[in-house]
Amino acid sequence: MLKFTCPYCGIEASETELAAGGEAHLKRYGPGSSEQDFEGYLFLRKNPKGVHLERWRHVMGCGKWFLAARHTATLEVFGTYSAQTHEPPAEIIENIRAKFPEWQA
Amino acid sequence: MRRYSAFAIAREALRYHTGWGRAWGAPAPKKHYDVVIVGAGGHGLATAYYLGKNHGITDVAIIEKGWLGGGNTGRNTTIIRSNYLQDPSAAIYEKARSLYETMSQDLNYNVMFSPRGVMMLAQTEHEKRGYLRTAHANALQGVKTEFITPDRVREIAPIINIDGPRYPVLGALWQARAGTARHDAVAWGYARACSDMGMDIIQTCEVTGVTREGGKVTGVETSKGHIGCNKLGIVVAGHSGQLAEMAGFRLPIEAVALQAYVSEPIKPALDCVIMANTVHGYLSQSDKGEMVIGGGADNHNNFTQRGSFSHIEETTRALIETFPMLSRLKMLRQWGGIVDMTGDRSPILSKTPVDGIFINCGWGTGGFKAIPGSGWGFAELMAKGHSPLTEAFGLERFREGRFIDESVAAGVAH
Repeated sequence: MLKFTCPYCGIEASETELAAGGEAHLKRYGPGSSEQDFEGYLFLRKNPKGVHLERWRHVMGCGKWFLAARHTATLEVFGTYSAQTHEPPAEIIENIRAKFPEWQA
Repeated sequence: MRRYSAFAIAREALRYHTGWGRAWGAPAPKKHYDVVIVGAGGHGLATAYYLGKNHGITDVAIIEKGWLGGGNTGRNTTIIRSNYLQDPSAAIYEKARSLYETMSQDLNYNVMFSPRGVMMLAQTEHEKRGYLRTAHANALQGVKTEFITPDRVREIAPIINIDGPRYPVLGALWQARAGTARHDAVAWGYARACSDMGMDIIQTCEVTGVTREGGKVTGVETSKGHIGCNKLGIVVAGHSGQLAEMAGFRLPIEAVALQAYVSEPIKPALDCVIMANTVHGYLSQSDKGEMVIGGGADNHNNFTQRGSFSHIEETTRALIETFPMLSRLKMLRQWGGIVDMTGDRSPILSKTPVDGIFINCGWGTGGFKAIPGSGWGFAELMAKGHSPLTEAFGLERFREGRFIDESVAAGVAH
C-alpha cells in the first residue's frame, strides 16, 4: 500500500487517508495570458513514467496540502515536503539522485 | 487465409486437425512502409484493418512492444455501449457498436458479440435526471435507449436489491442492443484479417525513438532497427505521453491505473451488464459464469498495471449493497491496466504538430467499446486527412476550449 509521511502532522498515512492532487510546481497563468500558456497550465502535464513531483492532501488527517516525490512505475516514495516552496528541497533531490543520477526536476 | 466455417471444422476433424494454418504471420520488419502503426491493441489493429479495407492502403506495419492485444485490449471488462450525452461521442461509439454487430461475419472470426443489454442504474435523484436527459439526447442522436422504471429493472435483473436503504434504484438507462464481446477475439480477428491483407504485425518490438526531417516524420527507431514510413499512427493508450515526447510534442494526458476482477464461476444469474455509477461499480456475468467486476480508477499517476487494493475494497463494498448475493462469492483474480485520461474524458483522434504523425489516444476507462469506430474514423483521418467521425476530437480543442465533456455525463465508470 502506498504510504506518505505528512510533513505537517508527521503521521505516516496510507493512500486511503489522502487525496491525490496531480503534478506539483505548476506555473500558474492568469488573465491576459496566451492560449498556449493556458493550455499548458490547465491540461498539459509531465505525466512521467519515472519520478513524479506531485501534490497530495491529508484529507482524513490535518487537511493540509503537501508535496511528494514518487516513482510512478515502482510507487517508491522519495520523501514528502511542504507545499510552500517552488522546488523540491535538496535532501529530496539527493534521495532521488541516489537512485536516478540523471534525474532532472 | 483459410476461412473458418462449420465445413472447415468437419474437414479438420477428419484429418486430425493438421490443416489449420497460423492465424497471422510473424515477419521481420521491412526497411520502409507507407504507414506504420505503433501499438497492436484493438485500436491499432482496427485502424490498420480499415486502412486496408476502406482505403486500399496495405503497405502497413503494426509494431507492438509486448504481445498482440496484451495491453488494455485484454484487460477491460468487455462492455460495449453507445449511450453518451454529447453528439460527437454518440456518433463514434454508435458507429463502433453497429460495427460490432457484424464484426464476426466481417472478419470471419467469432468475436462472441452478445447484445445482452446494458443497464445504467440511477440511484440518486440527480443521477435520474441526468439519465433522463441522456435518454432524450440519445433519441435525437438516433441511438436507441430508454429510461426504465424500478419494476422493469427488477424484471430484467432479479439479483438487484431495489430498495437498498442508502442507494435505492430509482430507474435505469437501458440500452437493449448494447452488450459484451470477447476482447481477445477482437484483437485476434483484426490481426488475422490484417495479416491476410499483407500487413506486417511485428511483436516484441519496442519503439525507442521517432525520426523526423524538416518537421516531417521519416520513421521510427525500434529494438529491431530503423523502420521508415510516410505516415505514423500512434495508438498506445497508457504510454501515449512517452511516444509523444519522442516525437517532440506534448499531450493533455495523464496515465492512471484502472483495475477489474472476477469471481469464481457460478450458474447464470445475470444476463445483462449493469453499471452503478453512484457507487462506482459495474458488473456482468461472463459465459464461463464468472462475475466480471470493474470499479473506479486510481486517482494518482500510475504506470504499474496493478491498481490499489483500496479500490477493490471500495468497489466491493459498494456493489454488495446493491447486489447482496455477491457477498457469498470468492474472488478469483484481479488485474489492472494503464489508462490515458484527458481533461474532458473524451479521446483524441488527431493530426499532431509533426507532419505525418497522427495520434489516437485518451480513451481513458472506456476504449474497448470504441475499437471498430475508432479504427474506422482514425483510418479515414490517416488516409484522407479528415474524417467526420474524428473531427471534434482534435488535439487543438484543449487550447480552443471546445471540450466534449463526458466526465459528468458518462460518469467515472465505462
